[in-house]
Amino acid sequence: MTDKNIEIPALLTKLEIQLKALISKRKLKNPLMIGIHSGGVWVAEQLHQRLNIQEPLALMDISFYRDDFSQLHLHPQVKPSQLPAHMEGRDIILIDDVFYTGRTIRAALNEIFDYGRPNQVIFGVLIERDGRQIPLQPDCAGCTITLPVGQRIKLTGPNPLGIHIQSFSTEKTVA
Amino acid sequence: MTNLQLNKEGKLKHFLTIEGLSKEILTEILDTAESFASMSEQKVKKVPLLRGKTIVNLFFENSTRTRTTFELAATRLSADVLSMNIATSATSKGESLLDTIHNLEAMHVDMFVVRHAISGAGHFIAQHTAPHISVINAGDGQHAHPTQAMLDMYTIRQHKQDFSQLKVAIIGDILHSRVARSQIQALNTLGAKEIRVIAPKTLLPSHVETLGVQAFNSIDEGLVDVDVIIMLRLQKERMTSALLPSEREYFKCFGLTENRLKLAKKDAIVMHPGPINRGVEIESSIADGPQSVILQQVSNGIAVRMAIMSLTLQNNTETL
Repeated sequence: MTDKNIEIPALLTKLEIQLKALISKRKLKNPLMIGIHSGGVWVAEQLHQRLNIQEPLALMDISFYRDDFSQLHLHPQVKPSQLPAHMEGRDIILIDDVFYTGRTIRAALNEIFDYGRPNQVIFGVLIERDGRQIPLQPDCAGCTITLPVGQRIKLTGPNPLGIHIQSFSTEKTVA
Repeated sequence: MTNLQLNKEGKLKHFLTIEGLSKEILTEILDTAESFASMSEQKVKKVPLLRGKTIVNLFFENSTRTRTTFELAATRLSADVLSMNIATSATSKGESLLDTIHNLEAMHVDMFVVRHAISGAGHFIAQHTAPHISVINAGDGQHAHPTQAMLDMYTIRQHKQDFSQLKVAIIGDILHSRVARSQIQALNTLGAKEIRVIAPKTLLPSHVETLGVQAFNSIDEGLVDVDVIIMLRLQKERMTSALLPSEREYFKCFGLTENRLKLAKKDAIVMHPGPINRGVEIESSIADGPQSVILQQVSNGIAVRMAIMSLTLQNNTETL
């Protein structure tokens, strides 16, 4: 099953406009954009270009920071995070593909704070779906959708980016 | 046959010996270690995977490298680590091994890392300890040293990739070496093409061929065309009788020299589990030379031990 009429370029544009407004409202200085592996990185690559951000894109793999590592198997090929040494006092734009339970963003924030105390962090996602489990949410989203429990959204990419809605059998939350 | 090391789903719960473990399990350890290795290059060398877990290092035998790399591995996984100094502990006051273990259990620990001079000590503890506790063998007598073998496999894979093409020579005190036993099992499981053991007859176990190796009593014959050279330390502390005339004669007959190294393949790597005895089993210039990967073995030891600790604790789903 695919798309549900979700047009990726339109979502990217919507997210771009919202981020641009928020960057100016919150007066972000020389922001650092971080994409969360793997779908978030693909989205971030596009936004990094569109928003003309000077600092190179940083990548983050939060596998080792997940709170459900005892339930999921460690992913054998965890990519190293590529974050700049100085995160202290930085303005950060964090990007992921899908926001679901909120656990990924919690893990990402924990990893960022292990590197230093940022000045501010804003968080954008391409798609926000229902099913939040902890009190964290994105600042900007390309769209907001409702899905039955047991279905998840998977971004494929990077070229071209595609969206698939899959059913999964267990009740484990993965996004 | 049930394997004490595996849980009901067939996943690694204790890590006591390579024997009986599948190629898939060994490969999973190596792959997981690869993820952790990249972490040591990062600015922040710590992840919260084992936060709240307590790991006890029980070293009944001395060790520097193994103990410190286990400690570092546990610390980098955010576990709390207790290193017991056995010499000053209750064991020296006559407490039995099991009583020591049960007392530590009562303190709600999650893992024992055990080194012991008696073969089978790790198995014994794993059999008798509470089910939620995982046990890792950090060397037992002359039996096994599986984490050392895995870090050696990791180092070989880093340089040589495909095991099925490899000729590996293990040289030295095979008789007393738990490292060699575990290495031979791991190399066979991972499908190495040829495993040679090179030693004087007095330092080879009888019927060594049954382990799946070819035995050589001449280093000059055994080294020809090999891809990997693993040197072993002479374990004088375990030699109870006169197995060797002298160290000087041993070096003359079995020491790795620059000239002998030329017999192996040009890109052969030289390994040693440490501590090295310069001028006894290996020429100093080789230990420090371009083909030596001895210090890489030490670095890899941390990542491999992180992988084994996190996999076993993750797979041990028994609760208190």
